[in-house]
Amino acid sequence: MQEEKQNIKLPKASLEKTTQTINLGPTHPATHGVFQNILEIDGERILKATPTVGYIHRAFEKISERKPLYQITPLTDRLNYCSAPINNLGWHLTVEKFVGIEVPARVSYLRVIIMELARISDHLICSSIMGVDSGAFTGFLYVFQYRELIYEIYEEICGSRLTTNIGRIGGFERDFSDVAWAKINRFLDEYPSVLKEFEDLFNRNRIFIERTQGVGGISAERALAYGFTGPNLRAAGVDYDVRVHKPYSRYEEFDFEVPVGTTGDCYDRFLVRNEEMWQSLRIIKQAIQKINDLKGEEATKHHADAPDFYLPLKADVYTKMEALIYHFKIIMGEVDLPVGEIYNAVEGANGELGYYFVSDGGRSAYRLHFRRPCFIYYQAYPELIEGSMLSDAIITMSSLNLIAGELDA
Amino acid sequence: MIYNKRPVTHNTNLKVVDMPEGYQGEGFMAMQLSKVVGLARKNSIWPLPFATSCCGIEFMATMGSTYDLSRFGSERLAFTPRQCDLLMVMGTIAKKMAPVLKQVYVQMAEPRWVVAVGACASSGGIFDSYSVLQGIDQVIPVDVYVPGCPPRPEAIIDGILRIQDLVETESIRRRDSEEYQELLNSYGIS
Amino acid sequence: MLNNKFVFDKLVEKFGEAIIGYEESYGLIAIYADKEFNLKILQYLYDDEEMGFRFMTDLTAIHYPDHKGEELIVTYLLYNMRKNLHLRLKFALDINEPNIYTASNIHPTANWQERECYDFFGVNFIGHPNLIRVLNVDEMDYFPMRKEFPLEDQTRRDKDDEMFGRGGSFNFGRFNV
Repeated sequence: MQEEKQNIKLPKASLEKTTQTINLGPTHPATHGVFQNILEIDGERILKATPTVGYIHRAFEKISERKPLYQITPLTDRLNYCSAPINNLGWHLTVEKFVGIEVPARVSYLRVIIMELARISDHLICSSIMGVDSGAFTGFLYVFQYRELIYEIYEEICGSRLTTNIGRIGGFERDFSDVAWAKINRFLDEYPSVLKEFEDLFNRNRIFIERTQGVGGISAERALAYGFTGPNLRAAGVDYDVRVHKPYSRYEEFDFEVPVGTTGDCYDRFLVRNEEMWQSLRIIKQAIQKINDLKGEEATKHHADAPDFYLPLKADVYTKMEALIYHFKIIMGEVDLPVGEIYNAVEGANGELGYYFVSDGGRSAYRLHFRRPCFIYYQAYPELIEGSMLSDAIITMSSLNLIAGELDA
Repeated sequence: MIYNKRPVTHNTNLKVVDMPEGYQGEGFMAMQLSKVVGLARKNSIWPLPFATSCCGIEFMATMGSTYDLSRFGSERLAFTPRQCDLLMVMGTIAKKMAPVLKQVYVQMAEPRWVVAVGACASSGGIFDSYSVLQGIDQVIPVDVYVPGCPPRPEAIIDGILRIQDLVETESIRRRDSEEYQELLNSYGIS
Repeated sequence: MLNNKFVFDKLVEKFGEAIIGYEESYGLIAIYADKEFNLKILQYLYDDEEMGFRFMTDLTAIHYPDHKGEELIVTYLLYNMRKNLHLRLKFALDINEPNIYTASNIHPTANWQERECYDFFGVNFIGHPNLIRVLNVDEMDYFPMRKEFPLEDQTRRDKDDEMFGRGGSFNFGRFNV
């Protein structure tokens, strides 16, 4: 009789285990970004989820301790890369507040236009990807054509499409050209009908409603406990918007509403984002009106008068000596900053994007910490999907608008 | 709803791919097998978009209607390495992600090509830090590098066209040759 | 009337010796306190009717290698949503025993932010349910954000050190804090 050889050593609990462990791994279909969830599932129901992040950790905070201020702007681009101008302008606003630069009204209004365009661009990605994840590819292709128009607007203003590195500390590098205004006006003319058609495709669509309503819901108390901000918190019922509570860049002069949901599920988040796009269009129209109302010298300024921090115009740099010297000084960080610290937040497309800037008087930040909304609300993801099915987990993830760059920084 | 206010145009300028040279006769044609195989392969590359960060969003724009990538044959994006030919690595690869990337590459079947899209995938990009892999060619062999941060969609398409050139002219015995085996061994991929 | 001075006065009244000092900059008050009392202070700020700081916006740490005995500062940014007031709390920790109680029972949002602090600075949060690295690779054995560690990847062979500011005679940025 041959003895039965035990070649396979089974772990102790594996014979009693009735659930299956699967890996919703870092390589997703191209849309979401790199984060991993190890799920314990029983059939299709998810019992437990363990998220792992850090697959795109690029050490922004450590890099920014080495770089002078203008070299940190391209880093901030790569935080929430779908709406890069908001990150850039948030950083410039932080430095301006820290150093005490007062920007002219026109600059603030131009900034508002750019930030709202960026917000529309980010919400478009999120909403159309929610469509793609529930099977509707068409919405994505339609609205991407209008994201291309937004990219063309950025390109006219700063030269780059996606990672814009837009603006300077104190304003913009050049005034908006006629082509840029023509494109902005074309966007305002054509986009509302597109957004209406996009909403008609999804809002009363029975399949979409069944996929998203009641899925991934969170109550307002739990959302606040987890530190949610932005559209995810507003969908849960709390109307906290940094543009209203701590206004920056003259947002207090604009008249807009903050849409709020009730249950905090995926459908509410989708609706809140779409409504925010309508409000952004409203804000852009008001900003253009305000710019046209400015008179005299105010109507031509595109930067503040801050020679220590605002890079001189390129035409001057190439022809005048002082401009060249200032340009070199500022880029290399030879301008000393005051000692102190500041926390400044802007309303990013995902929530409150905060910059905690500690300076020791040297040429670069002593410590720069980004309060990244995605990182903070992703903690709640296991709670959102426990008990739901696998496909619900996917659509919850896309409705939260997780951007991997902001998650890991 | 008219989004594009140009009038409808019909494309009368059709580009036809030339037949490779060969010897024709009544009911038969003889040509080099590698040319036929190259022609067939290059016009139907199925990419795997390994999109990690910002370059992934530019890739989404490339797949959109303005810069359509699918007119070059890459209509079907597979997200599984078992079914695709071209691994497009778009975005920063951190050291935590490198083993995952290598595993995806190993799972692909021959013939396989790799294009590193963007500065981060080519060389680490602007992130010279302790946690970023300074170029994916530290872990997998790369065929085409597309520079840019992020590269414009036209640049990504140019990279795909260079891949198509490589695919067309590749010898059908390359994947069994010793040099190729040595290349893979140098990366630790058997 | 809830403002910075009122908050500071009430905290001093309740905790006395534990409150070490404060600093006000750009409208935000930062209160330095003794680390043993962090949970008590957070709980008080959460529960008290007049205070109501129920939202934790941010949790991070700063490393000051020159302040001997208090090298690491863990800072909480709290927010009272109804009265629209921010408050920053700072607790100093010694680098050789960076222990502080976890705030994740009072504010669940502190969970991953404390893991991030541990990952980057080595702060040990006592009582944290899952204190492991969150952003860096698990095998890393040092705490990268501390000032003594370099930014770049030290195993890289193909870059010229002098030209890229590593080693050599470059010391980019002065740290005189």
